[in-house]
Amino acid sequence: MNAVVTANGLTKAYKNALALNDVSFRIESGRIVGLIGPNGAGKTTALKAILGLTDFKGELNVLGLDPRTQRDQLMEQVCFIADVAVLPRWIRVREAIDFVANVHPRFNRAKCEAFLARTKLTPNQRVKQMSKGMIVQLHLALVMAIDARLLVLDEPTLGLDILYRKQFYQSLLEDYFDENKTIIVTTHQVEEIEHILTDLMFIRDGKIVLDADMDAVGERFAEVLVSADKAAAARSMKPLDERQVFGKSIFLFDGADRATLESMGEVRRPTVSDLFVATMKGTYA
Amino acid sequence: MKTFYWLIKREFWEHRGGFLWAPVVTGGIFLLLNVMAIITAEVLSAKHGVRIGGNDIQMMMRHADAGDWAQVGAAADVAMISSMGMIGIVMGIVVLFYCLGSLYDDRRDRSILFWKSLPISNTNTVLSKVVSAALLAPAIAVVVSIVCGLLQLLIFSIVLSFHGINVWQLLMLSHPLRAVASLLSNVPLYALWALPAIGWLMLCSSGARSKPFLWAVAVPVLLGLLVSWFGIMGLFNESSTWFWANIVQRALLSVFPGSNLVFDKHSMLNTGNLDDNDPLSVLSPVHTYGLLASPNLWIGVLAGAVLIAGAIWFRRVRDDS
Repeated sequence: MNAVVTANGLTKAYKNALALNDVSFRIESGRIVGLIGPNGAGKTTALKAILGLTDFKGELNVLGLDPRTQRDQLMEQVCFIADVAVLPRWIRVREAIDFVANVHPRFNRAKCEAFLARTKLTPNQRVKQMSKGMIVQLHLALVMAIDARLLVLDEPTLGLDILYRKQFYQSLLEDYFDENKTIIVTTHQVEEIEHILTDLMFIRDGKIVLDADMDAVGERFAEVLVSADKAAAARSMKPLDERQVFGKSIFLFDGADRATLESMGEVRRPTVSDLFVATMKGTYA
Repeated sequence: MKTFYWLIKREFWEHRGGFLWAPVVTGGIFLLLNVMAIITAEVLSAKHGVRIGGNDIQMMMRHADAGDWAQVGAAADVAMISSMGMIGIVMGIVVLFYCLGSLYDDRRDRSILFWKSLPISNTNTVLSKVVSAALLAPAIAVVVSIVCGLLQLLIFSIVLSFHGINVWQLLMLSHPLRAVASLLSNVPLYALWALPAIGWLMLCSSGARSKPFLWAVAVPVLLGLLVSWFGIMGLFNESSTWFWANIVQRALLSVFPGSNLVFDKHSMLNTGNLDDNDPLSVLSPVHTYGLLASPNLWIGVLAGAVLIAGAIWFRRVRDDS
């Protein structure tokens, strides 16, 4: 498979902190990657490096280009939505479409207008008159009409109500995503995207602590519901995490033997958010 | 090229208020003031029984010689170009604040992240803003002044025609086409003269983490104070006035059209032989383009280019949004 993003020894230091600490990863084409980490873990810095918005040390290759020196070329193939409030407030819907249509060689105007026809937006409306949800509809319409190979989403649904959030990811999956496209998304609302992700990346203190596809995550991690009498035995197997529900204990294991776990109680696949909380334990301590 | 055209168009969309409506409103106020002055004059003269028009003027006109006619034409020409003064000052203010905000506002409201998500180079972005400040804004201001001047001429003609004066005869004495051509000819000259100020203001706009206005004003003024205090210019056998005139004022005030007449002695070199009956000659390229011989202009252009290059560099590396 061909790699869309390859990073080798990616390092970025701000004045007093290391935002990215010798990070290496590879993202293949046709994937939806969730880049998940606590606040200040380096998610946005990683995305900025991929988009050529910041300088860094190390090697980074995006679609065969170096984002530091070949940004202008790169942006023909890459789109990004950085949370909802970045469309200029003065611009009108009509102006935004005209502008992007004329500066972006891969923009499909008909597609954009078809998408907008399903919303309440009108051509003369200004961004400052829109709600957050409407702004993201406009931004999404602009981005989805661009035939790009990589879409980067940085907290795209921050501050939106659940209707807009659901609609956002649904549109992405139904009308945009295919095997030639790649999506990298960061968000704190993990439970909403976990069913659409193909790959999971956890980042903590500038380091990648987990990088696996979702099938591998399901095989590697398991959650077991153990009754009180077997809790000590489970505890001796060094679980990642333990919590109590209705007098029973739920243990989270990394790479433990399936048969042993099944003998102790009900085994299920952990949710990404439980996995995240267990992995990031002590981050803010 | 197409991208650049749309970048300029974007600047116009965003700053329609400053680029278009500010000169239009100023021109409107200018015309209104003139109409009010005419009405006041008419009312006063009627009250005091003074007859300005009518037979007296017609008699005067019969007795007028060629010199008098030239003066009438000159007055009409002045009417034609006079609105440029007021509109020019307003345009200078607009350009000053446009430059200060041009590379800062979108960083502050984070819309830079949207612009940077499009395949547009930083160089083109910055240059489109330079062109908007140096050519688009003054061109619009000049066109508005021309329309305003023609309306002014029309108003005078109508008023005079009430007094029995042949309007066409009067208009034939003025030189509207020359006035238009002279005004337009000053736009490229303005662009060259304003370049160091545009460059400096945009560098501050691009580099400042906050308060670009403070940077833009404080840095040259503090430097000026230091230079004055320590008498540094004495090393070059120049007074510290030289620094204030050639660095501080050039960096901040060159965005005002006509400021070259005040700051640069070359601009006034050829004006000694100006014809009193020909007010348009002040604006005529024959005189104004004498500025091209001034090193002040070309050193300014060079400094402007360096400052703009700095603004482009900052645009690329500042990632505080």
